[in-house]
Amino acid sequence: MKDAIEAVKALAIGFATTFKHLFRKPITEEYPEYKRPLPARSRARIILTRDPDGAERCVACYLCSAVCPVSCISMQSAEKEGGRRYAQWFRINFARCIYCGFCEEACPTSAIQLTPQFENCKNDILSFVYEKKDLLVDHQGKDKEYNFYKYAGVATDVGQKGEHIKEERPVNIKSNLP
Amino acid sequence: MPDWIFGFIILIVKLGVVLLALLLLAAYLVWVERKFLARLQIRYGPNRAGKFGLLQPIADTIKMLIKEDIVPAAADRFIFLLAPAVVATTALMMFAVVPFGSHLTLWGRQVPLVITDLNVGLLYIFALSSLGVYGVAMGGWASNSKYSLLGGIRGAAQMISYELALGLSLVPIIMLADSFSIVDIVNAQANYPFIIVQPFAFVIFMISAMAESKRIPFDMPEAENELGAGYHTEYSGIRFGLFFLGEYVHLQVLGALVAVLFLGGWRGPILPPPVWLLIKMILVALIMIWVRGTLPRLRYDQLMALGWKVLIPLSLINIMVTGAILLI
Repeated sequence: MKDAIEAVKALAIGFATTFKHLFRKPITEEYPEYKRPLPARSRARIILTRDPDGAERCVACYLCSAVCPVSCISMQSAEKEGGRRYAQWFRINFARCIYCGFCEEACPTSAIQLTPQFENCKNDILSFVYEKKDLLVDHQGKDKEYNFYKYAGVATDVGQKGEHIKEERPVNIKSNLP
Repeated sequence: MPDWIFGFIILIVKLGVVLLALLLLAAYLVWVERKFLARLQIRYGPNRAGKFGLLQPIADTIKMLIKEDIVPAAADRFIFLLAPAVVATTALMMFAVVPFGSHLTLWGRQVPLVITDLNVGLLYIFALSSLGVYGVAMGGWASNSKYSLLGGIRGAAQMISYELALGLSLVPIIMLADSFSIVDIVNAQANYPFIIVQPFAFVIFMISAMAESKRIPFDMPEAENELGAGYHTEYSGIRFGLFFLGEYVHLQVLGALVAVLFLGGWRGPILPPPVWLLIKMILVALIMIWVRGTLPRLRYDQLMALGWKVLIPLSLINIMVTGAILLI
């Protein structure tokens, strides 16, 4: 008998709980009308950023292409007159991309970055192939200050050897003998 | 115009109206269930197709009608194709004895507002509702799939655990009304609904009816998370739709039965009788949805224990007490 009373009590508590929920405002976020602001570092659409001077950051080192687990990044490297390397063409197949973010981690120049922009659905699968002009943007993305050539010890139009930030003049190896 | 032609025309019209109302109500009961259940779970439910998602049932129907009707290669074809029809027809036929008003007077003739006033109406309903389980068992067996078979077996096993309590819980009602005819039972409630004098029978009948309509917490034959979809795992398109339809028509019929047997049927102030029946049916359906939103699924043996060890003894005691009071 005691068990029966307890069972009825438990049932009543359960029914009261669901009944109370009937008058609560639904917690649903209705997607197309309301888009939840995503964290800045959430991983979606990939972009190629520029350095603060407005030049392309990408030096076509192939690291992103090599690390990509689904091999969706391809490019062709070339060199400009000033000694800067750049990608002749740069292509990401977003139909294959899994948005893992490895390319961003691998990138030494902060060029390739993932953005929170996730609404990339399309009907035509071929339109998922993004060329360099589709990927290149006119801002620095998450890394505002960084300019690879101001740090890298290579001779370009930005600076000769030894002229970069936190860099010492090259030693004369002939005079440095013991 | 001779009487029999008039009677025939009236019968066809009544059949058409009831069938249409049942099918339409079944479609919109799905909408009501999805909406209400969603609010119980602090969601919105369907709200994209039309205002408040009111076109959702129509969209679902069109989708089911144009989907491919797949029969598995290893299935027993004839029984496989027959099973959904059994479930849907038995559910629809059950409504034939439910009265939705007293009578109309058309061109000087009395037209009773019930399709047929069988003098064994309740037995007819029990017979058909047990036949409905054959559809489940046949569908489960003919699909030749382990999940379907388990669902079918569970359906049959479930039936033997609630059917007795379902029947016994209504014996006091029959004793009070002195008749098996549902029209007579409604007429016997002219002064007060039977729920006042038979609350135990009401609770037992509600629990058995939920088991009968294979709804949570008694949806073992379907049990999405254990058996895929149970007995209708292998069905697609409109045949799945028929199972679905049968289930919701069943829900309506049980709602109508609760209304007719315990809540006074079509009786009520101001509004016309069919509207009162409809209100009571929907009320019962809402309570069943509330139960669905609250309770988890029972285990197989728990339902058996509940049926045989609790509900049947309780209804037997109820019968004896009612009999003793009637005698005194």
